[in-house]
Formats: sequence, C-alpha cells, structure tokens
Amino acid sequence: MQAITATYKNQFARFQSLIALLVLCIVLSILTDKFFTADNGLNVLRQTAVNICIATGMTLIVLTAGIDLSVGSVLALCGAIAAGLLKNGIKIPSADLFIGFTILGVVLAGILIGAALGFFNGLVITKFKVPPFVATLAMLTIARGFTMLYTKGQPISNLGSDFAVIGTGWWLGIPVPVWIAALVVLFAGFITQQTRLGRYIYAIGGNETAAKFSGINITKVKITVYAMAGALAAIGGIIVTSRLDSAQPNAGTSYELDAIAAVVIGGTSLSGGKGTVWGTVMGAIIIGVLNNGLVLLNVSPFWQQVVKGGVILLAVIIDKLGEKKE
Amino acid sequence: MVIAKNITKRFPGVTALDNICMELFPGKVSAIIGENGAGKSTLMKIFSGVHTEYEGEIILNDNPVHFSSTKDAEAAGIAIIHQELNLVPYLTITENIFLGSELVNTWGVLDKKKMQEKAKQLLKRLNLDIDPNTKISSLKVGQQQLIEIAKALHVDAAIIIMDEPTSAISDKEVDNLFSIIAELKNQGKTIAYISHKLNELFQIADRFIVMRDGATVNSGEMKNTNHDELIQMMTGRKILIQRSESVLERDKELLQLKNICLKNAANRSENILHNISFNLHQGEIIGIYGLMGAGRTELMETIFGLHPKLSSGEITINDRPIKLQSASHAINEGIVLVPEDRKLQGLSIGQPVRPNMSITILKQLERWGIMLNKKREMEVSRQYIQQLAIKTSSTETIVKNLSGGNQQKIVLAKWLAKKPKVLLLDEPTRGIDINAKSEIYKLIKQLASEGMGIIVVSSELPEILAVSDRILVMCEGELTADILANEATEAGILKYAIHKN
Repeated sequence: MQAITATYKNQFARFQSLIALLVLCIVLSILTDKFFTADNGLNVLRQTAVNICIATGMTLIVLTAGIDLSVGSVLALCGAIAAGLLKNGIKIPSADLFIGFTILGVVLAGILIGAALGFFNGLVITKFKVPPFVATLAMLTIARGFTMLYTKGQPISNLGSDFAVIGTGWWLGIPVPVWIAALVVLFAGFITQQTRLGRYIYAIGGNETAAKFSGINITKVKITVYAMAGALAAIGGIIVTSRLDSAQPNAGTSYELDAIAAVVIGGTSLSGGKGTVWGTVMGAIIIGVLNNGLVLLNVSPFWQQVVKGGVILLAVIIDKLGEKKE
Repeated sequence: MVIAKNITKRFPGVTALDNICMELFPGKVSAIIGENGAGKSTLMKIFSGVHTEYEGEIILNDNPVHFSSTKDAEAAGIAIIHQELNLVPYLTITENIFLGSELVNTWGVLDKKKMQEKAKQLLKRLNLDIDPNTKISSLKVGQQQLIEIAKALHVDAAIIIMDEPTSAISDKEVDNLFSIIAELKNQGKTIAYISHKLNELFQIADRFIVMRDGATVNSGEMKNTNHDELIQMMTGRKILIQRSESVLERDKELLQLKNICLKNAANRSENILHNISFNLHQGEIIGIYGLMGAGRTELMETIFGLHPKLSSGEITINDRPIKLQSASHAINEGIVLVPEDRKLQGLSIGQPVRPNMSITILKQLERWGIMLNKKREMEVSRQYIQQLAIKTSSTETIVKNLSGGNQQKIVLAKWLAKKPKVLLLDEPTRGIDINAKSEIYKLIKQLASEGMGIIVVSSELPEILAVSDRILVMCEGELTADILANEATEAGILKYAIHKN
C-alpha cells in the first residue's frame, strides 16, 4: 500500500508542473481569446526556446548540487564570436592569412568556446574547490568583459539571411529554434535517464560522499556537466544572435535567473539529486506562457515581474510541502 | 548529587540504555567505564540535555528534573565537555566562552573589556598563558579542550561531565588537566569522567561505575579494585552469538599489507597508523578490534585508496603489488569497502533502492557502451533483494523509508554485485536489530566460504568473536595483537586494545 501511494506520489510530482501549465493555459484561454491559437502557441515556444536550452544545461548542473551563474554571459560571448567569425573571419595580416567561416563552422566554433568556458568553470570548482556560486559569478563578469572587448561595445550586425534561418526560420510548420530546443531536451533527457553519466550526476547530487566511496570520478563528471551547460548556453547564444541578426554586447543579461527559475519551477531541488529535464521544460514553458499571457492581458511590465516572482515562490513552497509529507 | 533512576533510552532498532541507575557524588570524581557502545555517552547526553526523550528520571539534589535543552541543563549547573569539541573555530577564546551569554553595557553594546577581563581570569585559573583574543583555530587541541573547561567554569557548573578529555592531548597537558580536576573536586564539584585509559582513572578517579549493554553492572571505590578486575567487569557478558568454528584450508594469500602508515591530515608530522603489516588469506575472515581512535576506520580507508597522499606502505593482491590512488583503483583491483556510516558514505538515501544498488556496476550494464540496459538492471536489483532478503516493497522504494538493517543490506548488495575479491566491512551491524545482525553474520561466513577475503572492523567484542577466524587488535594506530579467534577471550582482546604492549 505504502509503495502504491509512493509511486502515485512520484507520478504526481512528475506531472505537477504539467498540471500547473495546463491550468494556467485554461485560465488564460478563458480570460483572452488571443491566447489559445496555434500562432500564439508557436510564438510562445519560439520565445521560450533559448531559455529551454540554457535551463536544460542548468538542470544538469543543479542535479549535481551546483549552480551556474555565468550562462548569460557565456551566451553573449559565444554569440558575439560566432557573429564576428561569420562576418570577418580570422585575419592575420602579418602572415597574410585569412580564414573564412561557413555557418556550420561558426556554429561549431561558438559551441566549442561555450564548452571550453564551462570546462574552465568545472576545473575551478573541482580542482580548486571554489564553490560553484563564486566560480561562475566570476565567469559571469569575465565572459561579459570579453564580450565587450571582442565587440568593442558595438553590436555585430547584418549577418546574412542564411544565418537568420537558425533563429527565425520554419521547418515543417514549426520554428527552427523550437526544433533545436527539442533536440537539446532529447539529448539531455537521454543523458540523464539512459546513461551511466546520468546516473553519476544523480548520485553525486544525492550524496557526494557516497558517490566518492562508490569509486565515481567526481571531478570528471562535474567538469563534463559544466562543459555541457556551457555548450548549451552557446547554442542559446547562436539562436539569439541569429534571431536579432545581430550580436549584442549586452545580450543574455540576467538570463541565468530565468534559467534557474525554470529549473526550480520544474521541481528540481537546488540541493541536488532530485529533478528532471522534463520538469525544467515545463518550468520554462510556464514562464513563457506567463510572460505571453500577461502581455495579452495588458498587465503592466512592472506587475509582470511581481507575478513571475510570486510563481517561483509558490512552486518551491508547494514542492517543500510535498517533501514534508513524505 | 545527581541520580539517574531507571533510565531507558531507545533508538530505532537498538536500546542504548536499559533501565539504568547511577549516582554521582559531589566532591568526587566518578569514572564511567565500559566498552564502546555500552551507553556511556548516551547517558551523559541525557544528563546534559542533548537527548530529551527517554524513560525514567533524573534527580538533581532531591528534585526530579527533565531538561529540554542543553541550555536548560546548563542553567541547572550541569556542563558537559564533549568528545568532539563544540567551539566556534573563527571566534576568539573570549567570544567562545561568552557565546550565548554575552555581557552588554547600559547601551546594549558588547562590553568587550569586561568579558576579556573575566576570560583572562578563567584562563589563569587553568594555568593557560594565552591571550584571550586568540582565535580558537590557532590553538592546539589540548588547549581547546581546556577552553571547554573554561566555559564550564564560567557558567559555574556544579556538575562537570568530561567525555574522553585526554584522547587528543599530550602528557604535559594531561597533568595540567588533572591538577585542575583535583582543584574542582576540592571545591565540591561533581565530576563524571569517561575514559578508556584505565591508568588515568587510577590516578584521578575516586569511584568507578562500570557500564555494559546500557546498564550499570558494578560500582565502587577505585581503591578497592584493580585493572584486571575492571576489564573483567566490562566484558563479562553472556555471548548471544555463536562463535566462529570454521577452520578452512587457507594457504593462498590474497592481500598483503606491509608497513602501512598514515599521516594525520591536520598535522603531518603525526601518524595515525604506524607500520601496520598483515596478510589476508583467501576465504579468511579477519576481525579488527580497537577502541575509539585506534585507527580502525582509517586503516580500512587507506586500503580502499581514500588517502593516497597521506599514506605509505606496500599493498599486494595475489602477489602483485598495487598502488592505490583512489577508490576506483581499489575497486578495479577487487577491493571494496562497506563504510562505517551508511547514510553518509554508503547510500544516497533520498533515491530509490535500484540506482543505489546498481551504481557500482553501471559499466557492466551498458549496451554498446552508451545506453544502460534497464531491464538487466532491474533483474540484478531483484536478484539481490531476494538473495539478501531485503525487506522493501519494490525496487523503486526510496531508501530513506527502509530500516537500518535493510539499508545496510543494500550497501552490501551494491558491493557484492561488483563480485569483489576482498570485502572490507567497517562496523557492518552498527545500529541494526539482532535479526538483521545474525543474517549479516551468516552472509559474511557464506561469502568467505566461497573464497572471498573479508576484514570486519567492529567495536563490539561479541561481534568480533562471532565472525572472525583471526582477530587483530589495534591501539593508538598500532597493531597490538594477532590472535586466532578460537584462542581469544574478550578480556584478552580488550587488554591489547587498552595498552600498547
């Protein structure tokens, strides 16, 4: 009997955020007739795609009981470098050398740099025992600084219509960014649910000492996870740059907070070991729907922030109440 | 005078104190002695308001009392100096002494001058020549211990409980401590002194109280007893568990340790383990006994590769020398450890049974080196649940909801699944009920009969005698005895555990 209620509870926890999302959608459909349309739905998803990419990486990190505050800045730096490489290539006048980049080339370069920045985060956290909060806070500033240096504080614009496809294109009636986000989610879902690495991530978050006593190489797992989050932030950066047809030096500012909000609303515990990528996706969509709905309802942007904050609090409180009952 | 009357304290699965009675007299030092797990610390924690739920009564100067917090106990004049120090390392001596009872002036601002004056006086009484502005973290352990005593003096406690106060201090500091205790005694304070070091007790104590299995078995004047008698009283219990009988043909050496040393992480010039050497044969069960601080757990952790930078010595397995740089090295060599604290080191208790069990064998469960074969994982989990008779409603039950014995079996399962050559068990039955205990003993013997080499570390003598073929005794980081189990007696083992040589 206990087992049955426990499984039931688990199932409920899994769908808790989905139920919240459905309720939200129903309420908005009643309040405004513009909400429940296919166009608006795709619109919300397209706007949410970037946050889904970042928040998915954040989920992996939070599952190990870590945090990454640098994703917004990493997004900006990678977006800027991708744009810069696409537009100007690499010129080395002394050697009379010019390297041009294809779109695929700049995308890979951006992702690689994102992964490298995340790798560095992971290295600092594991080798020098710097708390993740501090290490990634430093990276937040450093990456933003490099973005400013690279762009000289000016946007890098006019990247061409081919590049714009990534952020604004459609395929099979669905926006390209949504396809990308879906791939990211599938990939992370596969990692967390189907692979050894995923198990190690949960094990470390659940009890790092026990993981160490089980012979798990904690350094390796953590570095991998931070590098993945960096790469996913870079993907977000490329989408943002492509959508705006411009790399903005201040792109992605405070995106880390939206990502953390999505993770938390999705039911992942900040103390690690508990939560799913699926939950985070729900969390991100809830934030997106909320933003969209409040605009449709003509709520002032100032109130929108208050409501968003309230929803985050509510989500965590509901989670905590559920935990206590156990 | 303090009287404990019929006190019973139960923890989940174990009765730590069983209807115990005890009297402590003013102006006397009462030595409280007993094996590990006899219930000494538990009783002291009741006296000092740490444990608040228990049956029975404490009578303080003819009044029944029931403390609901340590503050309560302190207000009633009882101070305890714990085995583990309770000082805030980054605060100064003065700040620590006055923590929670700070003096303020008429403006509500800290009166630092007055507190420092008082702290200085206290330190002087303890013959400590240190500036009261010194941070605790820069003091030696022995000095820290004296600061704890200063705290007790500061609250003017009439009853002072000391739990192993000399476990970490030098001889000179011990002398100083003893002269302070003598002075406190002369002032009419009641002192309870817990220690394993019998020599010390003959020096300092007036009375003795021997505890065993949560009850008082004997008490009297220190001058009317002697060493051997005390040891007899500590151990003379009926043995509930069948002794080890099996004598197998053991000619094949499995694991050899030679001159294993381990440095203290806090003070590298000090050794926790000194030149430990022994061999483990195939199918042999070695029991390692030692008192608190003998280095048993550290030895297990060293063999398991958890102290690569601090340890030295040679380890060979099947005559092949190995270097143990990490737990994963050890595991690859077939050495696994069931750690002392299952909740802290053995399990992720917020997660289900299945992933806890399979964590060690995920590599074997991989298909094409990528994906986990979950069906196979489920089968393995079910198999071990059945084999070890783990009482759980399903493979997906959260470990937290299982009893201690079943949790321990999950830790065992996770390592048995790895099919080890050498199984290290650190306190394998701590805090679990008698049935689960005997099941685990049976399992240990069965595994040995299948050829596994097993080392069991335990602080319970009956357990050591019940499971071991051979018994090693440790004392202060050294191996002091290597006896065949069927030639060993409880008193004999305890003697080696208490004395070096």
